[in-house]
Amino acid sequence: MPKLIKGVGCPYCGSSCDDIEVLVSDDETKILEVHNACIIGTNLFHHANDPTRPRLPRRRQPDGSMKEIPYDEAIDYMAKTMLAAKKPLVYGFGSTNCEGMSAVARIAEKSGAVLDNCATICHGPSFLAIFDNGYPSCTLGEAKNRADVVVFWGCNPMHAHPRHTSRYSIFPRGYFTQKGQMQRTVLCVDPRETDTAKLADHHLMLDQGHDYELFDAFRTVLRGFEIPDVVAGIPKETIKKSVEIMKNAKFCMIFFGMGCTHTDGRNHNIDAAISLTRDLNTHTKASIMAMRGHYNIAGPGQVWAWQFGFPYCIDLSKGTHAHMNPGETSSVDLAMRDEVDCFVNVGADAGAHFPIQPVQHLKKHPFITVDPNFNMASEISDLHIPVRIAGVDEPGVVYRMDNVPIQFRAVIKGLPGVPSDEELFNKVYERMCELTKTEPIWLAAKEDRRYPESEAVI
Amino acid sequence: MASGEMIVKGGFIIDPTRKIDGDVGDVAIKDGKIVDKVSSSAKVIDAKGKIVMAGAVDVHSHVAGPKVNAGRLMRPEDKFISGVFRSGMAQKNGYRMESGFSIPSVFKTGYDYARMGYTFVMEAAMPPLLAPHTHEEIHDTPIIDEAALPVFANNWFVMEYLRKGEVENTASYIAWLLKATKGYGVKLVNPGGTAAWAWGLNCLSLNDPVPYFEITPAEIIKGLIEANEYLGLPHSVHLHQNNLGNPGNYPDTIAALKIAEGFKARNKFGREQVMHSTHLQFHSYGGEGWKDFCSKAKEVMDYVNKQKNITIDLGCVTLDETTTMTADGPFEHHLHSLNHLKWTNVDVEMETAAGIVPYIYDKNVTPNAVQWATGLELALFAKDMNRTFITTDHPNAGPFTRYPRVIKWLMSKKAREATIATMKNSDKMIGLTNIHTMDRELTLFEIAQMTRSGPAKCLGLGNVYGGLAPGMNADVGIFDLNYKNLPSDAEKIETAFQRAACFIKGGEVIVRDGEVVSHGHKKTVWVKVKMPENPQVTRDVSQAFTQGTYTVDIRNYPVREYLAPHQSVIDVNVEA
Amino acid sequence: MNMAKIHLNMITQRSIEEGAAMEQGKTNPNYFIACTVCEMNPEDMKKAGIWKNTNVKVTSECGTVIVKAIEPTQYCPPGLAHIRQGVWANQVVPPRTQSTGTPQYSGFPVTIESAPSERIKTALELVQGAVGLWQGGKI
Ligand code: SF4
Ligand SMILES: [Zn+2]
Ligand SMILES: [Zn+2]
Repeated sequence: MPKLIKGVGCPYCGSSCDDIEVLVSDDETKILEVHNACIIGTNLFHHANDPTRPRLPRRRQPDGSMKEIPYDEAIDYMAKTMLAAKKPLVYGFGSTNCEGMSAVARIAEKSGAVLDNCATICHGPSFLAIFDNGYPSCTLGEAKNRADVVVFWGCNPMHAHPRHTSRYSIFPRGYFTQKGQMQRTVLCVDPRETDTAKLADHHLMLDQGHDYELFDAFRTVLRGFEIPDVVAGIPKETIKKSVEIMKNAKFCMIFFGMGCTHTDGRNHNIDAAISLTRDLNTHTKASIMAMRGHYNIAGPGQVWAWQFGFPYCIDLSKGTHAHMNPGETSSVDLAMRDEVDCFVNVGADAGAHFPIQPVQHLKKHPFITVDPNFNMASEISDLHIPVRIAGVDEPGVVYRMDNVPIQFRAVIKGLPGVPSDEELFNKVYERMCELTKTEPIWLAAKEDRRYPESEAVI
Repeated sequence: MASGEMIVKGGFIIDPTRKIDGDVGDVAIKDGKIVDKVSSSAKVIDAKGKIVMAGAVDVHSHVAGPKVNAGRLMRPEDKFISGVFRSGMAQKNGYRMESGFSIPSVFKTGYDYARMGYTFVMEAAMPPLLAPHTHEEIHDTPIIDEAALPVFANNWFVMEYLRKGEVENTASYIAWLLKATKGYGVKLVNPGGTAAWAWGLNCLSLNDPVPYFEITPAEIIKGLIEANEYLGLPHSVHLHQNNLGNPGNYPDTIAALKIAEGFKARNKFGREQVMHSTHLQFHSYGGEGWKDFCSKAKEVMDYVNKQKNITIDLGCVTLDETTTMTADGPFEHHLHSLNHLKWTNVDVEMETAAGIVPYIYDKNVTPNAVQWATGLELALFAKDMNRTFITTDHPNAGPFTRYPRVIKWLMSKKAREATIATMKNSDKMIGLTNIHTMDRELTLFEIAQMTRSGPAKCLGLGNVYGGLAPGMNADVGIFDLNYKNLPSDAEKIETAFQRAACFIKGGEVIVRDGEVVSHGHKKTVWVKVKMPENPQVTRDVSQAFTQGTYTVDIRNYPVREYLAPHQSVIDVNVEA
Repeated sequence: MNMAKIHLNMITQRSIEEGAAMEQGKTNPNYFIACTVCEMNPEDMKKAGIWKNTNVKVTSECGTVIVKAIEPTQYCPPGLAHIRQGVWANQVVPPRTQSTGTPQYSGFPVTIESAPSERIKTALELVQGAVGLWQGGKI
């Protein structure tokens, strides 16, 4: 009898929906049906069934081909390569659970690596703005239960976070928003008329790359000063009307995305957005949230902040203390300046998602990929180590875009012999300790790791 | 827990649980517990000429969880003033890297508490929805035993039940939530005010109605005391009062304390109080504004001294650059409007909120100097040191690593005067406080009460922590102070408490000569209430999930077993 | 037909087609179909003599890529062009980060010209080719 598993988390986008229902085969090895997920989530679960999923590490041969090798050999190679490097770069973690992120920190520390995650190419500028300006935010339930004005600025959830608008932001009926969409006024600020903009009551089609000016104009109007007739391509009257809507909200929620972080101004755009939110709080309640891309990309920011005090771009090569300085210790900049001599790509695809030049620079040195699937990075790696898929055949904690921790479950049994990220990194750590003749430091972690079925709730 | 025998020999023992004050003696240890005696083959630890105390217990500190981490994340600059980098020795031995000053990393938190001889730390505010996060951090914090208090006073279920006067339902809900979050007790932060903050409002007085819920802070406090005693939990309600930090707030403070009148502690854990009022320093101010902002420590302590069923902790300002963080969301917004530094806020659906703002306590700014004096005065006016605990509300009034400095100020008038002498507006400060006229100097015995026996008893943990009687945990701190001949230079007191000469936890040597030498065996402590199922509460809770007021699935809400390592579960049985 | 080039402002952003296909695998044909398109306003196409659904060559300060010009699936004003996030876009994305760590994924100048007879390379060919590993698809 196939089993229907409810309350499953979707390990794709930052919405981290945990209301998915998955029908699995009797022997818990196959996913038969996926309910409630969007097309992306559905594809993700089904893809886990792919019979060609790698089951063994592969090492590149002198002729350029890849050859399967045992895990022990891969672990030994990874430990030795990282230890031999002066400054390895460990990057990724778009699809890893927090247990894996915690475990990788141990080997990064041991080998004096730079530890970075996908935020470095997505919401890194948002971190920079938070460092300068703080982050007045809330959980998504607050937006759902209270927000009567919702602003999407430089983000397009209809494409990047398909169920965001139905679970949290536009359509759902919350406690104080019983009428759902009817009760919400939606503003969208985007240079294109995106599918999200089409849903909005007001679309401000600004000139691309002029977000800072427009945020600034909003703040100026809110503070009661005059602005030019047109700012960033938007007429003054439209700006004034929009500010009026936000100011008169009971609860104004601002979501922003990579339209702001990927373009000119970067962190300054977010800085202005945060200041606007803060200003609004002198009139009403307002909150702001970064539309984090992956289901657990808030995770490394959390785990590494509690371990090292920094969310990303963490240089551990000094030995005495952790150092963070994006621009200097960020993956793409390090690569472009040839400052790292080993690259470990974990649960991400730098091959596809970095601009191609940094990939070429990184490829001058040993290049290792840890990922459940084949991807561009794995196909140019010297070593590819497959692991289980967090949220599919490996449970673990993930942090949703609002930093709410959600304890994901495994729905199927892992491929025999394939370790989780955490298990793999712990083995690499043990090997590193052997090689350096040091005692491993586990704290409480290792001894107590078990994954019992979650107990009955009430 | 280390097996085998050990004996701490020849130190000056200070153990208020047995009324021992400086007698020279031995502490025998076997299998992680303190015992009457050990065989001659026991490992000897020489404590001659030094004082020996139980492992210390911190009753209130923000060390793990979402707002602590939001503080770490938003403040890279906090790492640059940490001063201490990992030594070559620590590096060689593979100790985890340490960072941060006011909001240290989990590794530094565990190491620094151990270096000061602390064995147990209570994380003071856990948002239930985010409990897995708190436990993940506790999991990664070495050495110290930890527990966490979930926040209840702005929780929709609690306000709804109490509005209808349903104490039993409130109690059942508490029992459920403690189990789901692996929590320890009932924390109240700005009752009602934080719920109001979800709409950008606040409840400053005890009788301000909470918007929508039609209940007042006073009713929430009273109802939660009743529910807490109905359950007979090890700890009492743990109250962060309304109107924190504002000039002239002390009458509100006393009014809130008065709610405890007439209640009697009902529990099997040796606890006597029904209310723990935390970081009282922030609630003991007079004046109408910042100009005449003054200490009302005396007035507040006059009341506390009379009421045996109340305990307090100080929340001493240490005059550092620090990071304020509290579930008192509206307060942090207000603070940000005063100092205009960066502001982080996290409103949590149905439950609570949190705010974070960096703050620089400047000894040359008169209100800050007054705050400094107020915290110390609370202790100096206190009559029962077993009900008065040393905290800095870490990191709100200062980092926990400043406890030794607070001890120094409390033990030495000279040290207090030396600090006053460096203040630009010392005359003004003296006029607004009592500190300059107070000659009292606390004794080591009193310090041990305030950091060991007192907080352990207040938490209902007095049978295992806070003393050196046989049967208790073998958590022993040895400090380089000669009881018979205390140094005239008070700085030496601070140094001695900063780095224990030796710290033993669970019978294992953790710190030697101020350096961590072992990662020990930390425990996560929580309270499990067994009581008959309450169908209405079960239905109400599951509806909040199925009807989508919460945005997570109920199956993913309770903290899973593996996240809490080495659980030490305290069972509480409630008869039908 | 004139062989004019047009200068446009390029952005590269997420799309559901890309996301859905990526989760089937980056060597899946759907990923190729989803990510090898450049959306541009018909006016701009006309100016540059580009027929919709024909191949174009996109050149930025740091590289070129062949993709297919299509009419926008989400309205794009004149002057703006969009290649969906992915391997093809990243052949032309400038790695400059304004000292923030984050490359210029959006808002960089490109020239686009008609290239009907050029072939669109596969993802593997582009990435392996860039690092000297391309052996015609045999791994
Ligand atoms: S919206 Fe995101 S998390 Fe939800 S089902 Fe779709 S991909 Fe998964
Ligand atoms: Zn507090
Ligand atoms: Zn506190």
